[in-house]
Amino acid sequence: MSLRLLTGGEAVAHAMRQIDPDVVPAYPITPQTPIIQGYAKFVADGLAHGELIDVESEHSAMSAAIGAALAGARTMTATSSQGLALMTEVVYLAASLRAPIVMAVGNRALSGPINIHCDHSDAMLVRDSGCIQLFAENAQQAYDLMLIAPRVAEHHDVLLPVLVCLDGFTITHSAEAIELLRDDVVRRFVGEYVLPHSVLDAHSPVSRGPFAMPDTYFEFRVQQAQALERSLAVFQHVAAEFYEVTQRRYAPVEAYRCDDAERIVAVLGSTAGTIKDVVDELREEGERVGLVEITTFRPFPHAALAVAIDGADELIVLDRADSPGGTPPLRAEIAGSLYGSDVRLSGHVYGLGGRDFHPEDARQLFAREREGAAWLV
Amino acid sequence: MARLKTLVRNQRGEQPLRGGHALCQGCGIPMVVRIVLSTITRPTVVVNATGCLEVATTRYPTTAWNVPWLHVAFENTAAVASGVEAAQRALRRRQALPSDEDVAVVCFAGDGGTYDIGMQALSGALERGHRFLFVCYDNEAYMNTGIQRSGATPFGAATTTSQAGATGWGKAQRRKDMTAIAVAHHVPYVAQACGSYWDDLSRKVERAVECDGPAFLNVLTDCPVGWGHEPRLAPQLLEAAVESRFWPLYEVVDGRYRLTYRPRRAVDVEAWLRPQKRFAHLTPALVNKIRNQIDADWTELLARVDSSRTDEKGPDCDFIGGRL
Repeated sequence: MSLRLLTGGEAVAHAMRQIDPDVVPAYPITPQTPIIQGYAKFVADGLAHGELIDVESEHSAMSAAIGAALAGARTMTATSSQGLALMTEVVYLAASLRAPIVMAVGNRALSGPINIHCDHSDAMLVRDSGCIQLFAENAQQAYDLMLIAPRVAEHHDVLLPVLVCLDGFTITHSAEAIELLRDDVVRRFVGEYVLPHSVLDAHSPVSRGPFAMPDTYFEFRVQQAQALERSLAVFQHVAAEFYEVTQRRYAPVEAYRCDDAERIVAVLGSTAGTIKDVVDELREEGERVGLVEITTFRPFPHAALAVAIDGADELIVLDRADSPGGTPPLRAEIAGSLYGSDVRLSGHVYGLGGRDFHPEDARQLFAREREGAAWLV
Repeated sequence: MARLKTLVRNQRGEQPLRGGHALCQGCGIPMVVRIVLSTITRPTVVVNATGCLEVATTRYPTTAWNVPWLHVAFENTAAVASGVEAAQRALRRRQALPSDEDVAVVCFAGDGGTYDIGMQALSGALERGHRFLFVCYDNEAYMNTGIQRSGATPFGAATTTSQAGATGWGKAQRRKDMTAIAVAHHVPYVAQACGSYWDDLSRKVERAVECDGPAFLNVLTDCPVGWGHEPRLAPQLLEAAVESRFWPLYEVVDGRYRLTYRPRRAVDVEAWLRPQKRFAHLTPALVNKIRNQIDADWTELLARVDSSRTDEKGPDCDFIGGRL
């Protein structure tokens, strides 16, 4: 196994080079830019062969991606923050039109005020779009999930976009030791893109994106939701194959030292890495604590979460996005999941706009000494 | 140029846009679509903006389209077409498509989806040089949503958001010159056309789809509901637009302007304005203002045509008319 020092953005660009999609429409936005710049360099050097469409906005990036994917081309793109906000209309349409696009999302706060740093507000904006959303903990996971993503997106039981979410700067711009698979191993793992029907097929013309009135709209939505539910099993199947190739295990929920844990924290993204270290320390001190990291935020792994936290007294949910006037998205999801159980549920919004979350903050969290904590506002 | 017969049925003996759709009586859109698609002899995929054409032809589970058809949203038609076109290139390169099958990519959008909300995506796609044909069926307002003013609505026209009343007298601004905006992108082919001049439109489509790059067609299209005219008067009304020089027929090939149809004599603008309810409130002074603007625009267009002339021998224009 050979390790390379790469940022998460570079690792994702390498994944794109190795998958070698047919079409990549993209627009620059911090902190996604290293992904697209890295991929553009691979194209310029003849190491990747896709059509790079330098579109004039993220709205057009996703629009062109839909056109390309439905024409029968394997299509990938990447975005962040305001870019995702601008393309949101079309993200919903990509899911509805069952376009299996893979998109990396360098998670970043939404304006305003404008801020380029990490939180999950952008990803939560498209929570209900019908797309699959996978959250990476670190650069290696971002790379690996980019390789798993096309297999899930393009599976004929699914045919939905996959968003691979990697925390802005914390993952996109931080260098880590990454194991890249061999190019031929990636190509073999990902396989060919085979769409059931291409809009370029003039011999059997089909109308895509028709007008659906109250008598049919509901059926479209239900079928789309069912496909998203089916993707959970497909993800597990593809992850199992990925384990065979890499010995790296992925699951909808990663339960870290949750056996016999009394207190468990639930979180998305890179903060899981910080908390794992603290869990290790506290375990050495005899504390019965654990962590659940949600990898497939959509579809949400309700059953796997229930198994992971079975026996715990308290579940503390950390949300890196808020829902002003309501309940933050991850806590709301888990509250629904736990309804009727006697697990005590608490939670906090943390880290908005890139506010750091340190190991000592995690210690405070487990110790319930949260009054006046620096990471809370 | 397509023959009249093939305007009704394409080469496979099937209409590209069949009957049974829900477009209004006298609507000019299906005529434009059929002339465009029947002229193209290659397999064609249509990318359609949200609007009358999309809504009235594809109410699920029915469709009036006999060619591959894709609709995503209102403002992004040219961007979607960019993806389809790039996909075709990529697939041909990796031999996933037959190398001899060249599918034409044709967009249809109304003036809202072209002049206004669709302009950014169109501008980007024109600048990037995708090989596609964008056809704007320009009926000069948002007809599908109930006749609201657009950037294409002409000076003085009453719409539901630029009403005529005690103090209002319709749209107070001039229309946007979208054709000139397309020309400014240095694309190989741009033209203005009109559904009533089928031979002129068809010839333009032939030239447009032969281009190695983007082509833009701005086609004046009537709307009996929005313009307030009798459906049966549609062809004559469109002719009045052209003969009065309100809507000149010309093309711009590699930046060179050329009239494709020269009205034999100027018909007064009253012939264009009078049959339409949206202009019924106009005072003689306002009509005069419109008349003067048309004269000024025509003079400016002729100047562009003159300065585009080369020494090469070629026809001055394709058609000389005097239909009214």
